[in-house]
Amino acid sequence: MAKADYDLVIIGAGPAGLTAGIYAARARMNVLLLEKTVPGGQILVTDWIENYPGFPEGISGFDLAEKMKTQAVELGLKIETLEVHSLNLSEELKEIVLKDRSITTKSLIIASGASPRTLGIGEDKFIGKGVSFSATCDAPFFKEKTVVAIGGGDTAVQEAIYLTKFANKVYLVHRRDELRAAKILQERAFANDKIELVWDSIPTGIEGFFGVESVKIKNVKTNEEKILKADGCFIWVGILPNTSFLNDAVATDEFGFIRSDANMRTSVPGVYAAGDVRDTPLRQIATAVGDAAIAAISAEHYIENA
Amino acid sequence: MTQNILEIDDDSFEDKVLKSDKPVMVDFWAPWCGPCKAIAPTVEALEEEYGDKMTFVKVNVDENPIAPSKFGVQAIPTLIFFKNGEIADQITGMVAKEKLEETIKGIV
Repeated sequence: MAKADYDLVIIGAGPAGLTAGIYAARARMNVLLLEKTVPGGQILVTDWIENYPGFPEGISGFDLAEKMKTQAVELGLKIETLEVHSLNLSEELKEIVLKDRSITTKSLIIASGASPRTLGIGEDKFIGKGVSFSATCDAPFFKEKTVVAIGGGDTAVQEAIYLTKFANKVYLVHRRDELRAAKILQERAFANDKIELVWDSIPTGIEGFFGVESVKIKNVKTNEEKILKADGCFIWVGILPNTSFLNDAVATDEFGFIRSDANMRTSVPGVYAAGDVRDTPLRQIATAVGDAAIAAISAEHYIENA
Repeated sequence: MTQNILEIDDDSFEDKVLKSDKPVMVDFWAPWCGPCKAIAPTVEALEEEYGDKMTFVKVNVDENPIAPSKFGVQAIPTLIFFKNGEIADQITGMVAKEKLEETIKGIV
């Protein structure tokens, strides 16, 4: 294989990217991890993590991110704060286009993660003014107030419970008549008298002058519309992959998640995917780090055999 | 970690921010907010690079409720850029360092 700047470049420093970095650094690969904001990924906005083994009392997302980063950096992983603008994967050496230069690498792991999906009901203009995607950071602004939380998965239910530490009332609006969240979270939500579940309903609009004043919802079974007076609206309706730099360089599924096999191989030889950005049935820290270990070993084998 | 960013409070906000000759970037943060702590090194790096043209300060919203409420801050991290006592730009959430640099260059 021709000379490249790196053996391996990893895009994204969430749990997947950092784990891939740990394995690659231990394999003594010439590896670079690129992160556009700060290491940690989505766990930075996670208040408390109870389902990652090894922390029987739970651990804050920030602390877990710090520990993962420290472990990787102490093994020699180089992390740079740079945003990937595009990829050129048509040659054997992969080219990664940054803002003012390009770098080449023999192999690539895409671990760029995912971001909260938005609703498209005009919430954009209220972001930071009552609309939020993170109770961990923003719930304390809603002390003794009323908020609407939207969603029915693990994140929505866990965050709705967290909101009740501050808010007087939390409407949990879900489009179906049962929650998808883990049973232990459902039990806590049902037992919490500050949470009122609003079943079979979707939000259709957000109203307010300076900030959020009310959320319009519609019952999908009866088509009945209702206005919930609220000071805030927290949205947890799934995620979308962070792939703006991808431009179809590798194959994705209908939602844009990167297609990958059991060895984390994408449609392009030498390019792997790990964590929330790939098409996977479960998006957890535990699955992301597993993906990443496989991806790093796959990349190592690819370079050795090329 | 070095702490070069001046911590200001509700009482000193007017003096240090609104009456400043230089543009000021105010980092509204709180100790409970992981992303706020995570972006702190980025803000410090920007201070090192642009500190001669812009003043960088931070406000702990947990201890200082007046300034965030005056400027409608209901989410953190929020970075508000002030020029001549008025809001020139505002960024909520974690964004790329490149985007912050662009914003700073547009203001100074």
